[in-house]
Amino acid sequence: MIEKATTTRPSSVRIKDIFKPFANAFRTPAGRIGLPLVILHVLLAVFGSYLAPYSPTDFSDATYVRPFTDAAEGTIPHILGTDQFGRDVFSRLLSGARSIILISAIGSILGVALGTAIGMSSGYLGGKSDEIIMRVADGLMSFPSLLLALLVLSVSDSLVWLDGVSSVFATGKESILVIGTMAIVHAPRVARVLRSATLTIKTQEYVDSARLRGESAYYIIFKEILPNALPVLAVEGSVRFSYAILLASSLGFLGLGVEPPSPDWGAMISDSRSILTRAPWVPLAPAAAVASLVVGVNLLTEGIRDAQKLPTELPE
Amino acid sequence: MLRFLLVRFTLIFITLAVVSLAIFGVTEVLPGDVAEAILGKSRTPGALETLREQMGLDRPAWQRYVEWIFGVLQGDLGNSLVQDRPVTEILGSRLQNSLVLAITAFLISVPSAILVGVWAGVKQGSNADHTVSVISLVAISLPEFVTGFILIVVFSSTLNWLPSSSLVMPGASPLDRPIILIMPIATMTAVLFGYIMRMTRANVIEALNTNYVRTAILKGLPRWQVIWKHAVPNAMLPTISVISINVGWMLGGLIIVESVFAYPGLGLSLINAVNRRDLPMLQAISLLIAATYAISNLFADLAYAWLNPRIRISS
Repeated sequence: MIEKATTTRPSSVRIKDIFKPFANAFRTPAGRIGLPLVILHVLLAVFGSYLAPYSPTDFSDATYVRPFTDAAEGTIPHILGTDQFGRDVFSRLLSGARSIILISAIGSILGVALGTAIGMSSGYLGGKSDEIIMRVADGLMSFPSLLLALLVLSVSDSLVWLDGVSSVFATGKESILVIGTMAIVHAPRVARVLRSATLTIKTQEYVDSARLRGESAYYIIFKEILPNALPVLAVEGSVRFSYAILLASSLGFLGLGVEPPSPDWGAMISDSRSILTRAPWVPLAPAAAVASLVVGVNLLTEGIRDAQKLPTELPE
Repeated sequence: MLRFLLVRFTLIFITLAVVSLAIFGVTEVLPGDVAEAILGKSRTPGALETLREQMGLDRPAWQRYVEWIFGVLQGDLGNSLVQDRPVTEILGSRLQNSLVLAITAFLISVPSAILVGVWAGVKQGSNADHTVSVISLVAISLPEFVTGFILIVVFSSTLNWLPSSSLVMPGASPLDRPIILIMPIATMTAVLFGYIMRMTRANVIEALNTNYVRTAILKGLPRWQVIWKHAVPNAMLPTISVISINVGWMLGGLIIVESVFAYPGLGLSLINAVNRRDLPMLQAISLLIAATYAISNLFADLAYAWLNPRIRISS
């Protein structure tokens, strides 16, 4: 029997390795702008509601205050102005950051995890099952993500079993459905990419030697292939995050995201429709917020890609 | 080549079968009681009964699915629950309006994106290239509703040049007042242009670094010939995939753009159907969108195979 003495390789994935592609991205011009932008948004999502000078939902008499105007004696100025109900735009912006970033992050992490597991096993095992899995993935991909989200949300009221789930996580049914949709629409796309990465890595000598040592498929996939697919995975995660933000904000715009009156960037924009001529700053603030977030994520993606010398991938 | 065609055509039927099952599953099986799902909180026992009868909900789901599919194959998409008219009757003009928008945006963005992409790729690293790259990155990063609202704020609210909504009277054609089409088309074009231009640029840069391009340069061919006869045709192959993928995106984008500008197309009908729980309408539009996407993918595959000698000749 062959001794397994040589199998203790330092190749399992550590937390540090996951951050490495992002750290490397910081050394590229695109990453140097993108990473801080994303970090700033995440910080605002975490601490924003503590920084907000006003309540994001309370009405007040100070309606249609222009941005950057001096405040009355003894009050905090409305930096970004107020809307038709006198709500502070800056405070609404800050508290809206959390829901969109949280939902998009959870949705894309789930989708990437699911897609990675499926794509790597499918690619490593090969054969008939691989073919079937990839056909199903193709079928799922021919469904525009917004369409699937709309279909699922249209029946949300009658999904009684979701009531339990949403009360456990203390959130609305809509958020859970949106997160679930994100996971489902992203998984096949991630699976495709990870599968092709696996097919390349599979032919490397260290994978062969692991196989010859008699390691299990599980070991090889997670300890040999996964660590080497991390850069690809980082790019995928970043790409998925940007699409998730676009989806979440679009649903908010269509009035299908979080329940009013809790602030949502997309909903803030669509609600401002009737006051566009009088208060154009109300939609412009969330528009700038969502734009800078997605630009940041896209720059970060480009930075990771440049740092790892990965080719430009097809868009969704 | 014949085998390739056969495989592709079979695959599209499988895809459409999967898609139709998914649509039916989400709308009619997932909610459990369909009648309750449609009527929502405002239901009365009487209304529930009427609706169940109207939609034949006493029959098992698989039977309803089979009937639905047979209806669709014969061009019968059912009746709208809200308007009580055949869905096909309502959607006819809506589909035309959406096509006007989509096709115009497509015809503007694809050639211009390819031209600018080739130009930026050839001038890689120059200031012009950097500028174009930054602009296209911003274009693909802005959700359609953000681009649309910025256009409205600038050109409608502030400058008063264009109407802020693109309403079309029933029975009228959007082409009667082309001015209402400008902002929706511009919004759709922005993202399409960004994606296709970026992909073309990346592919041209890759093609310019190949040995056959170096050979072409070294044997003294004129520059335009190296670019347009050697580099660009090879860079076009992956670009075709991007274009077909973008058709799918465009169908999703239509939903948003049409609601931003209140433009009466398929997308707006879809949103209305979602809000009013008009199930037959919802299923019909979803199927139409998914089928368009699948068929555009088929065309992309065919174009790809036709342009790529490796597939055209070998299989």
